[in-house]
Formats: sequence, C-alpha cells, structure tokens
Amino acid sequence: MKSIQFLSVALVLLFTFASCSDSSDDPIVIDENPLSEYTLLTKMTSNNHTIEVYSEGEQFTIGYNELFLRIKDEASGSYFSNADVSWKPMMHMTEMMHSCPASNIEKTDNASVYKGFTVFQMPGNADEYWELEMEYTVDGQTYNATERIEVKAPADDKKRVSVFMGTDDTRYILAMMPLEPEVAVNDFSAMLFKMDNMMSFPAVENYKIKIDPRMPGMGNHSSPNNEDLAFNPTNQGYDGKLSLTMTGYWKINLMLENENGEVLKGEEVTEDNESSSLFFEIEF
Amino acid sequence: MKIKNRLGSLYRMVKNPKQLIFVTIFLCLTLVQHQVNAQEYQVDPVTKSILPVNLEEVILISSYKWSLEHISHQKPLSTLDAYLESSKKLSMIKRGAYAWEPVLNDMSSERLAITIDGMRIFGACTDKMDPITSYVDVSNLSDVHIAGGQEGAVQGSTIGGAIDLRLEKSNFKPLDWNGSVETGIEANNMAQIFGGELNYSNEQFYLDTDVIYRKAENYVDGNGQEIAFSQFEKYNLSANVGYKVTDEQKLLASFIFDEARDVGYPALPMDVSLARAFIGSVSWIQTDFIGKFEQWETKLYANSITHIMDDSQRPDVPIRMDMPGWSDTYGYYSQARLNLDNHNFLVKLDGFYNRSLAEMTMYPNDPNQQEMFMLTWPDVRTLNTGLYAEDGIKLKKGTLKLTTRVAVQGFNVADSFGLNSLRIFYPEMEQRQTRFLKSIGAKYLQNFNTVEFSGGVSYGDRAPSVSEGFGFYLFNSFDNHDYIGDPDLKNEKALEAKLKLSLPLEKITFGVDANYFHTMDYIIGEVNPDLSVMTIGAEGVKVYRNLEYATLYNVALDADYKISPSFRCTGLVSYHRGTDQDNRNLPFISPLSYSGQLLYNSGKLSGTLSMRGAADQTNFNPEFGEDRTDAYTVFSLSFGKTFSINKDDVYVKAGVENVFDTFYSTYTDWNNIPRMGRNFYMTVSYAIN
Repeated sequence: MKSIQFLSVALVLLFTFASCSDSSDDPIVIDENPLSEYTLLTKMTSNNHTIEVYSEGEQFTIGYNELFLRIKDEASGSYFSNADVSWKPMMHMTEMMHSCPASNIEKTDNASVYKGFTVFQMPGNADEYWELEMEYTVDGQTYNATERIEVKAPADDKKRVSVFMGTDDTRYILAMMPLEPEVAVNDFSAMLFKMDNMMSFPAVENYKIKIDPRMPGMGNHSSPNNEDLAFNPTNQGYDGKLSLTMTGYWKINLMLENENGEVLKGEEVTEDNESSSLFFEIEF
Repeated sequence: MKIKNRLGSLYRMVKNPKQLIFVTIFLCLTLVQHQVNAQEYQVDPVTKSILPVNLEEVILISSYKWSLEHISHQKPLSTLDAYLESSKKLSMIKRGAYAWEPVLNDMSSERLAITIDGMRIFGACTDKMDPITSYVDVSNLSDVHIAGGQEGAVQGSTIGGAIDLRLEKSNFKPLDWNGSVETGIEANNMAQIFGGELNYSNEQFYLDTDVIYRKAENYVDGNGQEIAFSQFEKYNLSANVGYKVTDEQKLLASFIFDEARDVGYPALPMDVSLARAFIGSVSWIQTDFIGKFEQWETKLYANSITHIMDDSQRPDVPIRMDMPGWSDTYGYYSQARLNLDNHNFLVKLDGFYNRSLAEMTMYPNDPNQQEMFMLTWPDVRTLNTGLYAEDGIKLKKGTLKLTTRVAVQGFNVADSFGLNSLRIFYPEMEQRQTRFLKSIGAKYLQNFNTVEFSGGVSYGDRAPSVSEGFGFYLFNSFDNHDYIGDPDLKNEKALEAKLKLSLPLEKITFGVDANYFHTMDYIIGEVNPDLSVMTIGAEGVKVYRNLEYATLYNVALDADYKISPSFRCTGLVSYHRGTDQDNRNLPFISPLSYSGQLLYNSGKLSGTLSMRGAADQTNFNPEFGEDRTDAYTVFSLSFGKTFSINKDDVYVKAGVENVFDTFYSTYTDWNNIPRMGRNFYMTVSYAIN
C-alpha cells in the first residue's frame, strides 16, 4: 500500500511540474528579445524612447561593426516597428571632427529590429571620442538622439582596418569583414571606402585587392590557392578566398590596385621585403 | 629454477673507460672458459636458414633446437635491424642507431607488406622513423620470411615483396620449463642488453614469455667523432600462449608490448621521446575444415602504436615543434588448404582497418603568438578486404605455382579539419574513395639433375600510402622538401619477372638471382615550384605524382664453398639499378655491393671473418638529396664458444665490428650520417634446461 501511495504522490507532483513548465498554455505573452544572442552595447535614452544598440561583438571595435537597433517606447513598453532610422557616427578629435564609413540602416525580417554597419577608423581615448548621432521618424514625427560611445581596439589587438593615403593622393579605408578562420579555404571579404571629405566615405568599386597570407612566426611561409579580392556589385564589397594551412598568427599582406591595375598601396612580399605596408592580421 | 648469471660483474664495468672494458671482457671470457665443460653442437645455421623453394630468404633469429637463443648470428644480441641488414636480400635505410627501415628489391615501406605473424601493422610516424621492425625484437622472433615481389601477395597487396616477422612459439613441444638469460655489451656506444625468457610447454599447453632491454649511448664514427643524438633505450615484453582444445584444434594468443624512449635520430632534425606499441592476436587452428579443406587457421588481431616525435633535446632549432602520431589497426585472416591430386591450394580471406592520425604543433618564438597546429595525417581510415588464392601444381618435371589476390581498399578522411586542410590543395576532393587491387603471378620450378631453376612472371598493384595520398606538409630532411599527398594518385602497378638458378658442384654452390620490375605509375614526390615551403629552411615543396613508369632490376650472384668440414666460405655480389622513363635515377638504389664470410665451426668453437662493402654510388639522384657515396669495405671478426655449466648451456660470443675503424657511410645512410667505427662486443647466453 505504501508504495502505491508514494507512486501516486510522485505522479501528481510530476504532473504539476510538467504543467507548470509548459508555457504554451500560458496566457501571458512574453515579449522575447529577438536580439538576445547579441550583446547590448549601449542604450540611448531621449524623447522618452530608448534606442538599444546590439552587436555580435562585445564592444564597439575599430574596423567593421555590424550593429542591430531597437527603439523602445518607454510609455508603452513596446518597440517601434517600421521606423525610418538613419545615423552618423562622429569622431570628436581635439582639433576637428570627422565621421566614418557607415551604411544606411535597413529593416530586418523582424519589423522592430534594424541593422547597419559602421567602420570605425580609430579608437577613442581620454581626449577624443566617438558619438553616435541617430535620427528616426515614427508616426510622422522625427526625433534625434546622440550618445557618446566607447570605440576600442580589438581585444586581440589584431589589425582588421587600415586607413591610408594611396599613390593617387586619395585617402582610403580598407576594412576586413568578420571571419571565423579555419584551416581550410576561407571565404574572405573586405570593404573599401575612400574619404571624399570629413563626412563622406563612398564605397569604391572595381578595384582589386591582392592578398598574400604569410606566417612571420614560421619562416614567413605562404599558402596555396588564394584568390585575390574582386569587387562584388551585389554587396558593394570585395570577395576572395583565403587559404590557411595551419592555426596560428597569419599576416595577410595586401596590395590595392585601381581599375587600371596601378598599385595604390602595398608592396610585394619578397625575400628582402618581409611584409607589405598594407595588411590585415588573423590569429586563431 | 636457478637463473644465475655468473657474469653480472661485467655490467658494472660498462661505465668505465673503454680500454678497461675490453680487458675485462677478455679476462672474463678466459675465466669462464676454465670453469665449464665443452659440449658438442652441430650448428650450421647459415645453410639451415635458406629454404630454396618458395621464399627468397629466411633470416633465422632463434631456434629451440639448440636451446640457446640467437646463436646463429654473428652478433647474437644485436638489434633486429642488424640481423636484417646482414641478410642477402634486405638493406636498411638508417636515420640513426635505431629503427632502421627495411628495403627489399630497392623498395621500402609503402611498397612492401610488412607483417608480424601475418598481422598487418602500420607505423605511426609521418617521417618513417618507426618501421614495423622497430616494434619487435630478436627476443620475440623465430625467423623472418622474405618473399620478393608478388610472392609476397599472400600477406597483402605489395609491389616489392613481403617481410613476415614470425614469432617464436614453443608450439606444444614437450620441453617442460625452460628459460634463458642473455646479456651483451658493446663498447662503441656503451650499449647494454639484457634479455631473458621463461617458457613452459607440454603437449597440451604452452606459455612463452620473454623480455629484452637495450640502452645505448651515442656511437662514435671511424674518425673518432661522437655522433650526437644517436642514443636509444627500449624494452620489449611478449607472451605467447597456446592451448590444445582437442588433438586437432588449437587456440593460440600472443601479445607484445614494445616501448622505446629517448631515441635520437642524428640524421633528422627531431628525435623520438616515445614509441610504443601494443600488439595482440588470438587464433584458432584446426586440422580439418569443411569438405576436403584442411589446416584451417583464423586469426583476429589488433595493434595500437603511439609515436611522439619532438625536438625538445635539440639545443638550436628555428622553431620548437611536436609531431605525435597514432596508428591503430584491427584485422583478421582466415585460411585453409586443399590438396587434390597434383594440386595444392591455399585460400586466404583477410582484411584490416587502420586509423592513421598525426599532428604537428609549432611553438612560435614570440610567446604572445598562438601555437601553430596542423594535421599531417588527417585521421585516414583504411579498410581493406582481400582474397588470396594459390595453387601449387605438381607437373611431370617441375612445379608450377599460380597465385592471385584481389582486394578492395577504401579510404575515408574522417577528420573534417584534415579534410578541409587537404581541400586547400584539392578543392574537389571526396571524403571517401575506393580502390580495387589485384595481383596475379606464375612461377615455375624445376630441377635439372642437380641444377635448381625457378622463374616467374607476375603483375600486381598497390594503393598509395597514407603519406602519399593524404600527407600534409611532411618534411623530408633528405631532399630538404616538404611533401604534400595527392588523393587522386593512380594505383602503382608493377610487371615483374624473376629468375633464380642454383648450381651445386662438389664442394661449391653457385647461385644467380635476378629480378626486374617495370613499375607503371610509380609514385614519387616531384617539385611543385608554385608552392611555398612550410618548414623553415626547406628548399621547396614536392607533391606526390605518378611517374609514367620506372624500371628496377636486381642481380645477385652468390657462392658457398665448403673448404673442409669446419671451414666454409661464402660470397655475394649484387648489382641494382633503378631509373624512370626519362632515364633519371631513382633514389635509394644500391650501388654494386659485395660481402664475404669465412666461417669456422668445430662444434664447440666458432669464428667468422666477414667483409662487406660497396663500390662508388655513381647512379645517384641529387633531386632527392643524394650525392655520390664513396666506396667502402669493412671487416668484422667474431668468436663464439659454447660451454655447459652443470646441465645448463652457456654461449659466449665476442667480436669486433669495423676492425680497421673505417670512416664510411652507405647509400642508405640518411643525410650521409657516418656509420659506427670500430666496435667491440660481447654477449653471454645462459640457457636453463
């Protein structure tokens, strides 16, 4: 008898727990954050709204940053869908101000989430800092918000963006697209912008970026079957293939050529010249 | 049981300066001589070691018949490598003092089927620093069977032939308990060898156990220079057990554990801190089988090798690296014989599954940088299933032997990291591939009065080895190139012709042995100038390719002269040539070589004076790192004596190798490392009956 009692108590308990954990019957709708997998980098609060900025990374990093935004109406606690959003990152230097390459902000499949990218050329420091200026239109009304952000060098201190003056006297910004490197042939991409003035950074089309990966820690050897980066009109970036034959520290030596094949920046790696002045770094 | 070694004091002398040791050795020798009584032995190991019919050569390592171990060899407790090198058929590629790589018909590991008692086993080192022969020792073996070309197909798909290392077993002989203790020392490299075995055998059951330990310091060449990193230390344990279930059914099992530590490879940039093998098998033998089939034997086996290569002992390297490798093999075979009238069939079904994995980790000089890691063998799984059949047909005047093997071999690159690495070179590469292998051969034997003649033709092929097919930046210090495998290689195929003639006259026997291999799609590394070297200091990168063809031939003449009942004289001259379709020399082809021996044997006392040498190596290939190796001739001397103490047998052997302290290296010496200079040695074997 005792065992039957025990069994029935156990069954009842089990059933109770099971029904508690089953949320499909739960009448309260939990507004699950679609960006919960990303890191919330900053919140900008003004106009009784909060703009949340998310990233895959842990911080605003120099180089390419893909950022996701949501705008919360603090009054209702809900998020605005289908807002028109634009932004301008601004570097406040001691003597001047400049912006950086930044995409338009697009809506994503989730109507309350917006995304875009920025390419920060430099980190902030004690005297110089970045501000993110936002402008958004909801229900016919336009709002502005500005927030100081901390842009830092990547934790591993590896070079993923390069700002340089080409031989054509144009200033360029070349940024490596995020890569999870593997010992394999990797899809490898970069974005190239030129600096028309302090505020305008149009993407550059139809150039070519030659790559020569090397391992300085091991006789500066290269790898086979790399493909130089060529312009891809669909994403306005440059795509190629990068072969990594082993893990470790790789220096991706680069040479930028314009549409006429003239080298604007970078040098060939030879016996005497260990590295190009234009390069990215990868370590894994 | 009284296992007592009267010469224990010898070992303590080893640490003293060399000169002292020699004096001590000879003093001890004389001492022992006075204590014991002589006993008659009819030892004629050399003639007994040759089976003229099917096998090309049998290298005798030990025999129960004489109760004393290893008595047949000039230097009884030398390494197995030295035994093999002293054979007529084999040469040994030498990268140091340990783990030499056997070469048969000018072909090495990947072109040979090397087995231990029929078990397939594959080295775990990407740089061939652990040939299979390094995982057994003379203590384990009774003999080594060498079969050239497709005659070796019984063991597996092969081009050059098969080497079967046969384990020593009491085999239900009613010997009861018996044991022996052996020890040896060598002066040149301060080598110490201790061995022992203890066996029990009756008609129902046997158990054999043995152990051997070797430790050697650096050796000294003929110029008195110490060869750094030529030391080694190893030990080997083994056990064999057999049980007769019925008179016609036997259950056998064997186990070998072999471990070498601190092995130096002076010819290579890296050493081995650990090479370890577990080798085990269980077999069932039955006299009768289905129908008229008989002598059914089935064996299941498994072996596992761990090989740790590193450069931690080297004082000055461009970059520190570790290169561990693992090779596990599981296999079986089942065979039976069928005798019908004039036909003698053997049918054998066999298969193995091997897993080969090797890594390379490089530690950057900048401690802030990440380690560099790659898979040099990308966890390649090889599955092979084969069927072998032979028919020995008795004809009116001679014997015809037909053999064939068909096999299916599949490769699977199991590690995706490794597969992606290889796809850098071969983007379209499949993860799996299957190959069909075949072999067919015919051999005819006939005796014309006293003249024995045999001749044969055969065809066979082999799949690429793991390194050839899937190796990833394997550094070869001989030609100073990194090697990349090619999974799309074609099978290598060889047409082979052989001829053997033995002409016994009254006191002298002459023999001629010749073979010719026309190898199509011969696999060899060729320089690819577009690839960048990985190894610091390497000259270039080679990728394995199929040559259109290569031709190899070997001719050997030998003579055996019985001068008197106790004096004998033997001689051997051999010539080898290997070229490709453009008449380019193949690497590791022996120059004209010769050897001779004068043997004295009066039962209790024996002695040998032997000589071996080679002419200049004029047909070398600099593309493979070879240069002209000069001619050399070296002499060795040995004396042996048997005694009995109470009822036990004692065999003492002492000798000198390289009597004139000649400085030399041979075509098989990796990077021309000089061979050992003058070496005094002495061994003592004590058998307890």
